[in-house]
Amino acid sequence: MLRLVALRKRFGATVVVDGLDLTVDRGERVVLLGGSGSGKTTTLKMVNRLIEPDGGRVEIDGTDAATLAPHELRRRIGYCFQQVGLFPHLTVGENVAITPRLLEWEPARIAARIDELLDLVELPPTEFRDRLPASLSGGQQQRVGVARALAAAPSLVLLDEPFGALDPLTRDRLQQSFLAIARRLALTAIFVTHDMLEALLIGDRIAVMRDGRLEQIGTPAELLTHPASEYVRTLLATPFQQIERVRRATAPDGTP
Amino acid sequence: MSDQLALLPGYLAAHLQLTLVALFLGTAVSLPLGIWVTRHPRAEAVVLGLAGMIQTIPSLALLAVMVPLLALASAASVRAFGVDIPSIGYLPAIIGLTLYSVLPILRNTVTGIRGVDPAIIEAARGVGMTAREQLRIVELPLALPVIVAGIRTATVWVVGIATLSTPVGAASLGNYIFSGLQTRNLAAVLIGCVAAAALALGLDGLVRMLEIGVRTRRRAIVYGAVGMLAALSLATAATVVRDWVGASARPVTIGAKTFTEQYILSEILAEEIGRTTARPTRIVSSLGSTVAFDALVSGALDLYVDYTGTIWATIMKRRDVPPDPAIVLAEVSRYLTDTHGITMVGALGFENAYALAMRDEAAGRLGITTISDLAAHAPNLVMAGDYEFFSRPEWTRLADTYGLRFRDRRSMDASLMYAAVASAQVDVISAFSTDGRIAALGLTVLTDDRHVIPPYDAVLLASARLAREAPDVLAALRPLAGRIGADTMRHLNAEVDQQGASPHAVAEGFLARPGERPTLSPAP
Repeated sequence: MLRLVALRKRFGATVVVDGLDLTVDRGERVVLLGGSGSGKTTTLKMVNRLIEPDGGRVEIDGTDAATLAPHELRRRIGYCFQQVGLFPHLTVGENVAITPRLLEWEPARIAARIDELLDLVELPPTEFRDRLPASLSGGQQQRVGVARALAAAPSLVLLDEPFGALDPLTRDRLQQSFLAIARRLALTAIFVTHDMLEALLIGDRIAVMRDGRLEQIGTPAELLTHPASEYVRTLLATPFQQIERVRRATAPDGTP
Repeated sequence: MSDQLALLPGYLAAHLQLTLVALFLGTAVSLPLGIWVTRHPRAEAVVLGLAGMIQTIPSLALLAVMVPLLALASAASVRAFGVDIPSIGYLPAIIGLTLYSVLPILRNTVTGIRGVDPAIIEAARGVGMTAREQLRIVELPLALPVIVAGIRTATVWVVGIATLSTPVGAASLGNYIFSGLQTRNLAAVLIGCVAAAALALGLDGLVRMLEIGVRTRRRAIVYGAVGMLAALSLATAATVVRDWVGASARPVTIGAKTFTEQYILSEILAEEIGRTTARPTRIVSSLGSTVAFDALVSGALDLYVDYTGTIWATIMKRRDVPPDPAIVLAEVSRYLTDTHGITMVGALGFENAYALAMRDEAAGRLGITTISDLAAHAPNLVMAGDYEFFSRPEWTRLADTYGLRFRDRRSMDASLMYAAVASAQVDVISAFSTDGRIAALGLTVLTDDRHVIPPYDAVLLASARLAREAPDVLAALRPLAGRIGADTMRHLNAEVDQQGASPHAVAEGFLARPGERPTLSPAP
């Protein structure tokens, strides 16, 4: 469905993405995991050409993305990011409707789609449709962000740390919601995060990036059991070690 | 007061029209330019710098400089296409005001668009908007309050600065202020100021209403504001169209500079033309000295009264002063005809010279009767001159020849100058020799003992076009030559300045008096 071939990007003298190859199958969720500066966000943004690659290519269903007008490409790809970027002067419903509107859907179809999506992200349409984004909590805003990304029934969804700025409880709820939606709709998605547990929860496969290259790609189980490098092993071990330390620190005196 | 109020609808409509047209053009230029600049960041410094530079030009100068510029453009256009461009009146005012409105709208457009949260721009691109859709759906609506704030700033500025359209020959509420100050009619000044302030507040309110309507999506408010603006535009447009239609016979355009005598003379000319030829006339008052001359050369003005010495020193740049005024008169007349095709219809019969004057009491105490006497005391004295005086060649020659070095020099409005010297706030002023206030306030005119100041015979000048197309007007005015003596002029000035009569009434009174028919002193 999606193929990244020898994708390359440099900013000035810094090579940010260095010959990356990646294939995402239909209905699959691939998580790009890595620290800051590993090139995961740049890779994601090259898919919908918010950043133009310096080399290599992006193929979607066999079509080279560079042959499409950027705005047409983006209307076929859902995009959701940490800052959400809801249009503050438009209502929740209008925000969700934006891509269908650009695609010139029938008004009745758009109206029905708004309600369907608000239901999907658990924001009752009658209560939320006509409100302005400023009146929503952070978690509610990101639910709208997800709904907006899914509005035009895209064949591919890109998510750039969508839950990174939310408090842990809200993040947990949204992760669960997203997973349920993704399974129900059989979404093809690339999900960028630096949060190990989020990656393990959400990804069908996890692509570990480091210094603009792919360190390893595999299912969570593969990565845990057969890490390809010391880096991957440490990275995946960290959350479990943290949990262990927390458990010990909070345990009654003396007992291990 | 009531005769002043009768002028209000006309001045208000003219003012409103200048303001609305300038704001419309200013917005039509600045908004696209501002958008373009946000797409071409490298051009930003240049474009904003240029707009800022225009803003630093004093507004009166910006408007006034349009007159000679348009005269040049007109000359070129006549040569190239046979079409002339009016260099005084509406056009220079509109261009100046439009330029003035550019900066606030441009700057706020750029700031408004720049100020949109980058995350929102990323979202706009991410959902698949084209650059144009991004601008229309996201950037402009979000920048709207800032852009409207810029338009409101421009509105208030332009309403204020439009009062300065008067000196370039476009009627506005400034007519009240300029003529009111000159003729000591404070009621007129007050009407002009209050009306301008009310207009500024009203238009500002309408623009704000429009913005609130758009922002809160309340159609009723939007339609209300648009409706009122449209009604105002239509009302002013109607007056313009009526002027055009009515102007099938082009009125004889008579200029007046910025002092009482000129207002009275222009009214006398208009009245006389109306009585003898029945041609329509139009008075363009409160023009700057060189604005009037340039306008006559370009044909934008048909008639006005100037003074031989002014043309001698300022236009011909002559530095010598022949002993006989008749020589100056003859040379000026020849120069005007040969160089500019201007007809000197005749000398009116009086001289209005620049003179230095001080209070009788002070002059007597210090023993000053001549300008040479004054030079010795000048370092302890303060001198006031009208706006032009210190930049005129006559002043340079006076200062150089007599070695005049005052403790301080102040430029002020001619009408305030007299009050200032009478109350001893300044010691010496640049007076006009025909001014009734010299006698009334007890002032001494100092003798120009070294003959630096040229003679200033008042002469009626007619444009080449008028001489060609309306010889009957010239014929009608020739009898005025020699008819207005210095005493008569001083008396007429005093009627306006001290008794508060309107220039129009004084002109009517003058022409109604049987007055001995003049001995013709035809133009040399």
